[in-house]
Amino acid sequence: MPPAPRRRPYSLPAGAWAYSPAMTALKLHFTDHGTRPIDAVVAAHNSPLEPLLRIAVCARQVLDPDIPPSQFKVDEVANCVVPPQGIAPVVNGFDLNATEAALRVRDAASGQGVEVTVFSAGTAFVLDVMKKPLSMGADRLVLVDDAALASVDSAASARVLAAAIAKDGPYDLVLCGRQASDWDQAQTPFGIAEALGVPCVTLAKSVTVKGGTVRVDRALPGMRQTVEAPLPAVVTVSNELGEPRYPTLRGIMAAGRKAPVVMKLPDLNIAAADIAPRVVLRRLYVPQRHRACEFIQGKDEAESGRLLALRLRQEKLI
Amino acid sequence: MTTALVAGEIAGGLPSPVTRQMLRAARQLTGNLPVAAFLGGNLAPLESSAGSLAASRVYLLEHGALAEIGGGYEAAVDALAALCRATSPDVVLLAKTDFGANTGPRLAFRLGSAFAQDCTAISIGANGAPTVTRPVYGGSATAEFELSGAMPAIITVRPGAYEAGPSGARPELVRFDVSAAIRTPKVQLIETVSEERAGVRLEEAAVVVSGGRGLGGPAPFKLLTELAGLLGGAVGASRAACDAGWIDHSHQVGLTGKTVSPRLYLAVGLSGASQHMAGCSGAGNIVGINRDPEANIFKEARFGVAGDWQKVLPSFISTVRDLGKL
Repeated sequence: MPPAPRRRPYSLPAGAWAYSPAMTALKLHFTDHGTRPIDAVVAAHNSPLEPLLRIAVCARQVLDPDIPPSQFKVDEVANCVVPPQGIAPVVNGFDLNATEAALRVRDAASGQGVEVTVFSAGTAFVLDVMKKPLSMGADRLVLVDDAALASVDSAASARVLAAAIAKDGPYDLVLCGRQASDWDQAQTPFGIAEALGVPCVTLAKSVTVKGGTVRVDRALPGMRQTVEAPLPAVVTVSNELGEPRYPTLRGIMAAGRKAPVVMKLPDLNIAAADIAPRVVLRRLYVPQRHRACEFIQGKDEAESGRLLALRLRQEKLI
Repeated sequence: MTTALVAGEIAGGLPSPVTRQMLRAARQLTGNLPVAAFLGGNLAPLESSAGSLAASRVYLLEHGALAEIGGGYEAAVDALAALCRATSPDVVLLAKTDFGANTGPRLAFRLGSAFAQDCTAISIGANGAPTVTRPVYGGSATAEFELSGAMPAIITVRPGAYEAGPSGARPELVRFDVSAAIRTPKVQLIETVSEERAGVRLEEAAVVVSGGRGLGGPAPFKLLTELAGLLGGAVGASRAACDAGWIDHSHQVGLTGKTVSPRLYLAVGLSGASQHMAGCSGAGNIVGINRDPEANIFKEARFGVAGDWQKVLPSFISTVRDLGKL
């Protein structure tokens, strides 16, 4: 059952225009080629075809955290990480968990009446990378792409994302990854919640929406906790939710046809001074913790195992 | 003079050990006794124990909405924001616990001030601005940040980064009225159930046997459990192994899992990505068994075997068993 409409008076009686993915595709086809002012794009989107539950997912493009440590290099003069040659960035892993959570909410409504839009604020986007949530099944992608966002702190990211979500909104639920794998600040979702004046619940391992509330099981060490918040709300998602689904071939093809809605900072009435960092990076380095490992080697691997046990006993470690 | 406020936590009716660590951190930062604040529905039991804290003053913020602050932490943010506005500290310190990680960032946005998460060291820079050191990129790099802009700077500190401070400063106890500041919380706590398991607690185990992606499936964790049993230890796992469903997430060690500090940490089929090492680098001795001699685990291990765990582990276990019989 799709959730009942709550805040917005719909101009058509319920059921007159059942929402369908085909209609989304149609709308995107007409709205998303960047040829019209952003207000027109958003106005067109907020048509009577409006779905009943709108979910925003925040996603960030990050350095692939699974690169071998030998490839992780820091430029200590410029205070930045040097991206390894030929390795594409990825969508932050926890943000894919958040996408998965959104898609599960849509699945629970049998795909009806739930729309999932992915938001990202940054610059130098690799479109194929940022389309991954679309290929998993998300409906729309909104990129705030502005050179001024090249190096901003989490407070600025939150401000920009909140403005984009508000402009494209209203939204019922904002899902974010629990933290980003580069700066690990786990701060942005709170800023979005504070700007939108809604509650923020963190570390979800399950997210369900029912009757205008979101129920969250939180992933906490040594305990199980369930909370409920009225919509609209911000929820951060942890990996305990489960692996993000693999894009299907159909999903990849559908994503290929969708163009993102692209916004610039002036579209959001945000000036460069508004996003000046409060947290200023002064030094970045790779900590030296290399210690000499004593390799235990027997004539074969079985003997290595035996010698290791004896060595540990000698050191009184076992 | 820099003034610091420690937002304290209560465990079993007493100031929690991490709060005593924050008081030490605050004193080292400013050179003075800090001010502490506690939140709760009924703080009368705290009045006797607060006298032993190393603080100059303890604010007691008591309100019905603060009785159960877990979940949304909305009332906690309202209350701390009111206290900060009234007392204007330069720095607010919280432990990076569920309380700190939920209250700290939102408080910073409420006050329009700078925030830094999970810091391992804090100091005051030459220009008087708070400066923090924190691991970034999952622990692959370390960053130093200066917190500028509106005061107070809000900082969460990694538990264990500072030792608990000495006690006995006989702080002045002050009740601070937050009734006007607290709005009715929207988030409702439905239930909290403790999920303690039988056996040795991972966080307290003297020996941890951990498995990673290299194990290839759930079955080898039986072998690890057997070994942990022989050594009186607990079983850990990398996030990859947990996410694959091979073992429950309660075993996850790492940046977003549990932090362990055993005497012996035996990592099997585990590459030792920095995100994992963030959870076990406090171990006394790390031992790695991994096929790849270049694996990151050997950069932090004291002993290692570069070989296939399927061949190494059975003879290791049988030798451990034989040694146990001696």
